[in-house]
Amino acid sequence: MKVMICAFVAALVIAVVAPLVLDQFGWSSAEQTSSTSVRLD
Amino acid sequence: MNLKLFAAIAVALTTLTINPGWADEAPAVDRSSTGGAQTLEDILARQEQLKMDERFRSENLGNAANATPITAPLGTLGGLSNADIYRAIRYDKIALTTQARGPAADVLIQDGGMPWYKLRQGPMINYGGGALLAMLALLLVFYLVRGKIRIEGGPAGTTIERFKAIERFGHWLLAGSFIALGITGLITLMGRKLLLPLLGPEVFAALAAGSKWIHNNIAWAFMLGLVLTFCLWVVHNIPGKLDWQWLKAGGGIFSRSHPSAKKFNAGQKIVFWTVMLLGFSVSLSGLSLLFPFELHMFAKTFALINSLLGTDLPTVLTPHEEMQYANLWHSIVAFVLMVAIIAHIYIGTVGMEGAYDAMGSGRVDLEWARQHHDLWVAEVEAKPGKGGST
Repeated sequence: MKVMICAFVAALVIAVVAPLVLDQFGWSSAEQTSSTSVRLD
Repeated sequence: MNLKLFAAIAVALTTLTINPGWADEAPAVDRSSTGGAQTLEDILARQEQLKMDERFRSENLGNAANATPITAPLGTLGGLSNADIYRAIRYDKIALTTQARGPAADVLIQDGGMPWYKLRQGPMINYGGGALLAMLALLLVFYLVRGKIRIEGGPAGTTIERFKAIERFGHWLLAGSFIALGITGLITLMGRKLLLPLLGPEVFAALAAGSKWIHNNIAWAFMLGLVLTFCLWVVHNIPGKLDWQWLKAGGGIFSRSHPSAKKFNAGQKIVFWTVMLLGFSVSLSGLSLLFPFELHMFAKTFALINSLLGTDLPTVLTPHEEMQYANLWHSIVAFVLMVAIIAHIYIGTVGMEGAYDAMGSGRVDLEWARQHHDLWVAEVEAKPGKGGST
């Protein structure tokens, strides 16, 4: 049971960390498909 | 045999029950205000998936001979009409330069959107959802007919280590993320049709946005779990002669026998390879969707299939078509996986006494192990100090 909960927590941690890490690499699809003349927000 | 027949009838009835009738005819539209061109009613009718007479567009392509001469005021097109140009744009047959950047920026019109949308909102939901319901119904019937598979003679009372902590961690990482992906994927696919009318736009918008975030980001845990479990278990899942004997005996499900098996029996090996192959495929199409227009896989795959099977699948696809195929394939593979995993969850929980312990505590009853994995028990017991019973 402990292992199962650990795995679920790990999945959540990966889900939270993944977009932060990907953004560091410039893998944001919003940035990929826009130019400097496009305002995203 | 009767069970198979019943299952076939159940699938057919379920399909018929949820399959919609043929699309209704769109009402006649007065286009006089637009000079015969498309109106808002046409657009809305198309979104409603009503059957439309498209001739008002398809047969109204202009005539190059009537184009204004280039020498006349505003006659910038010479012998070309607007219709010629827009048709070329529509079918991606014109050289374009755009200020917008991105891999798909120079494709201005791609007319595969509505067929993709119709397929996704219609047959994909109906047949995919029908398959899930059919599997649930089949398992219910199976449970009523066969009942819970018990440990013959009762549990031994002593246990043996079945899976180490790292194996269970890999399994639950994969399983937990897959269930989250399955639920959020179903909300993404079916929510607009099934949940939006029930929840209203504000609640559903929050649910859909949350589902998208979870689906996009927990996918990495799924891929990690897939790699981890593959590395841990591939050695034990290589098919052998023993598996054929296990399959011929039907796993002993109805004969109430116990065909010999090592760590994994043939049924478990089928689940393993189904998860690995389809999990790899759904991950690839998922990556294609996560990074739009970056992974073009279908044109190359279609070319390979054409060369092998002599088929005539399209090999020149716009970036948008690649995305549409990736989305459809992602859904199809996910549904097949969900159907298989529902059966796996059943047999690992309510379907078989003692099975859950293997992934719960990691230790199973010795008698259960002897009945379902006799050769594996013999191997473990032959190794002193490894996985011994307590």
